[in-house]
Amino acid sequence: MTEMDLLLWARGPGLTIATIIMVGGTLVRLLEIFLMGRKANLAAARGSATAGGLGTMIRRSIPDAGTFKRSTFTIVAGYIFHIGLFIIIFLFIPHILLFKSTLGVSWPGLPSNVVDATTVITIIALVAVLVHRLLDPVLRLLSEFNDYLVWFLTILPLITGWMAFNRIGMTGPSLLAMHILSVELLMVLFPFTKLSHAFTIWIARWYNGAIAGYKGVQS
Amino acid sequence: MSGATFERGYNTLKEQIDAPVAAFFSSCVHCGMCAEACLFFTETSDPRYTPIYKLEPLRKVWKQEYTFWGKLTKALGIAKPLTDKDLADWETLVYDGCTLCGRCSMVCPVGNDLAYMIRKLREGMAASGNAPEGLIGATKRAITIGSPMGVKLPALQAQIRGVEAETGLKIPVDVENVDYMLLLSSMEIMNFPEFIGAVGKIFEKAGVSWTISSEAFEATNSGIQIGVSDLAAELVQRIVDAAEKLKVKNVISPECGHAYMAIRWDGPNLVGKAFSFNVVHILEVLDELRKAGKLKLKDKESGSLTYHDPCQIARRGGVLEQPRNLMREMSENFVEMPEAGQMNWCCGAGGGVSSNERADELRIKVFNRKKSQLDSIKVDGMVSACSNCRIHLEEGLEEYHMELPVLSLTETIAEHLAD
Amino acid sequence: MKKDQTLGESLREQGVSRRSFLKFCAATASMMALPPSMIPVIAATLEKARRPSVIWLSFQECTGCTESITRSSSATIEDLIFNAISLDYHHTLQAASGDAAEAAREAAMEENHGKYVLVVDGSIPTGNPGYSTIAGISNIDMLKETAAGAAAIVAVGSCAAFGGIPKANPNPTGAVSVSDLITDKPIINVPGCPPIPAVITGVLVQFLTFGLPELDDLGRPAAFYGKSIHDRCYRRPFYDRGQFAETFDDEGAKKGWCLFKLGCKGPTTYNACATTKWNDGTSFPIEAGHPCLGCSEPDFWDAGSFYKALSTPTESLGKAATYAVGAGLLAGAAIGAVNRGRKQAAAKRHQKVTIDDLEKES
Repeated sequence: MTEMDLLLWARGPGLTIATIIMVGGTLVRLLEIFLMGRKANLAAARGSATAGGLGTMIRRSIPDAGTFKRSTFTIVAGYIFHIGLFIIIFLFIPHILLFKSTLGVSWPGLPSNVVDATTVITIIALVAVLVHRLLDPVLRLLSEFNDYLVWFLTILPLITGWMAFNRIGMTGPSLLAMHILSVELLMVLFPFTKLSHAFTIWIARWYNGAIAGYKGVQS
Repeated sequence: MSGATFERGYNTLKEQIDAPVAAFFSSCVHCGMCAEACLFFTETSDPRYTPIYKLEPLRKVWKQEYTFWGKLTKALGIAKPLTDKDLADWETLVYDGCTLCGRCSMVCPVGNDLAYMIRKLREGMAASGNAPEGLIGATKRAITIGSPMGVKLPALQAQIRGVEAETGLKIPVDVENVDYMLLLSSMEIMNFPEFIGAVGKIFEKAGVSWTISSEAFEATNSGIQIGVSDLAAELVQRIVDAAEKLKVKNVISPECGHAYMAIRWDGPNLVGKAFSFNVVHILEVLDELRKAGKLKLKDKESGSLTYHDPCQIARRGGVLEQPRNLMREMSENFVEMPEAGQMNWCCGAGGGVSSNERADELRIKVFNRKKSQLDSIKVDGMVSACSNCRIHLEEGLEEYHMELPVLSLTETIAEHLAD
Repeated sequence: MKKDQTLGESLREQGVSRRSFLKFCAATASMMALPPSMIPVIAATLEKARRPSVIWLSFQECTGCTESITRSSSATIEDLIFNAISLDYHHTLQAASGDAAEAAREAAMEENHGKYVLVVDGSIPTGNPGYSTIAGISNIDMLKETAAGAAAIVAVGSCAAFGGIPKANPNPTGAVSVSDLITDKPIINVPGCPPIPAVITGVLVQFLTFGLPELDDLGRPAAFYGKSIHDRCYRRPFYDRGQFAETFDDEGAKKGWCLFKLGCKGPTTYNACATTKWNDGTSFPIEAGHPCLGCSEPDFWDAGSFYKALSTPTESLGKAATYAVGAGLLAGAAIGAVNRGRKQAAAKRHQKVTIDDLEKES
């Protein structure tokens, strides 16, 4: 197989397979959650579960002052790499083209050199987060293979994407192929690792907010 | 199967898992922020008190029973199934090192309600015989005697006689068709009987009709604390039966945190039916009276006072504003401690911890969290609305040689009532 | 032209001055990015070079490669280079035809056995041999026969190098490249559709001067195919900033912005277009406003549309996603139902906990 064959496979069947597994797998995970069901609440409501659920979905992204002081690194580094990932994935014009060709919608992007700088910052943040995970006693106790695998799956597209943009390390078709393949690997494992939180946190926050809102508490 | 067995416990855990639990475990990213929210971790630095770590046994069951990969790895023998030893090893984490305060549930960035899950894990722990001795004893007493502390009707009657003598009031017992039926925690009956007199005085001045039931006066629900819904339901049913028998409109939950949670929010779900009466916390009643102008005080407390939010009433119960309204009503100098309100720190003794002698040392150690809050404000007194919090706070203050009176909100209001 | 004349003798006979000759050697050295010290080496070598016999076989081709090599504007020098090789067989350029042409080929093969250079353009059909024949001989037979006595083979154009247009889906003739059929001779691939004139002659000069050049893993001379169009493109600053033309005639296009969105294959294409350019350095496709087709790469006809950007999928993801949704919902519903069943079974097995059930059986 030549480099070009690999790239064409990655842009073709590879992407198709990865999409099927990611979409199908995510739906299976979601149904696995929802179909467990939940008993109706027979206590008299004080507040609105719906308002609570919706509110917490958004409010939970903003930590309170006390929590921010105690978990500063986790929150700041976490936001840096999440926002970085958002910018890189959704505001880099060649990526927007990918979404346009699949979904039919597009939106304005950021200058590519800005995205390039963002990539470097995001990679640094991810490395910092890994070091923290390896050193902090709580995280050492909690962390398992899944955590380290996911870190690797997340940073690989960033590194290969940065290499592809800056044309370093390999020839043209291989640079693109490695990048697209690393994204496909991420996609395929997305529903079956903690990456699924991208979809499930909305459900978790909803339940949290609904349970609290029912009692008149804004969680 | 009879008696506590691992199979019963495992089966119970399977029953307990619902969509929220599945969503929560699916979303956890191992960020560790829940540890920083839990006073058992902050005051000991022991990572095993990380709330999500306390939930490991429940997570294992969810994974291996209800997820595709979990089921596969279990079938292939790659994943280790849960054992009784796991549950035994987790006993101190789940019972000694957790009060179900729910602060973790407020902080988790992915939205996990960890306290909700701890409550469910306790069902499996108890059914497999892995609950603490102290809690088992309290629960047995609650079911057989009617009170976890073994307080029987004659003891209550004696306390009532004392209160009547002191206040000159008649405390109504078993009166039908009144507005309110008051429940009492054993802690209040035995250690703070002044509470009964305080309620009596306030209701007399406000013209409120009320009663205590001789058949169901216990507010504390040990079933909630040990985590056995079957027994908790039995305890709630006694209250329901009494309330219906006396045809009361409202049942009052007194100054006790978990009692409020048990009767107000868990109650109807435990017995499987909505109540035909309302459930209110004494603070809610007092605030309603204040709003209606029926709570007239002749003067206020002059010293600076702060308010400790009992977790099950405030953060987990929804009674946040009412105590503050009442504090402003009876205090000239109300000072909020840092992180007051729904993010307030647990006293460290709720959820069965104070019934568990083995946890005494830990409980006193984590009081340091409340101490830090108090150290940053200089006040003359601390007010609260849970007698379990009060007893433990007094113990903690003594341990750290702090001179700070701990007052009951209801009792203090009663003291300042206009004649 | 006498066959045993050296290149130097031949040039002098034609009236090419030493100065012009050295200018040519300098231009060639510069194009191959060699230092000035190499100029005398090139001059000395070419001077003494015997005019080697070159046999040019044209198979399934469009003659574009021949058109390209003969379009060199500094015709005088390159024509002379051509004269300085003994081009013993070439369909378009030879005077002879028919049996005489084939006889010339066979004679050259015999006389120079083991020493002649075989140049091939066009792909070779492996399906019915009748798809392409010369003098009744199938391409595949003629190639094998002629390659047997060659010193080296130069596969000129993407068809000979990689299969080119005839190989494009569905490849009705079973077209393959030279290197698919010949494995025992050194092959230099000079792809492009067509290759740049100066690149073709440059490869020949390099071969004559230095022997087999350094080849990349697709058999292309690194001197001419070592850098991608993207890495030498004058529009690169626009790519780096994210300024792209959306259509062929919008503001961005008029401003000369990057053509990535219009499907440019520059990032994955290796050729000298961006530096050497065409028509003696006049321009190249991107400079003229058209995205690079990637014509010097294998299977560029089947590498996803010329007008779809490299970051887009080549298959329709929408359909796949729709099927995945259906499958996911079905599988999820089934798995969810099984889970619910388990939970209900557990609930059925529930035995009411009494105070006697709180301690472990000892």
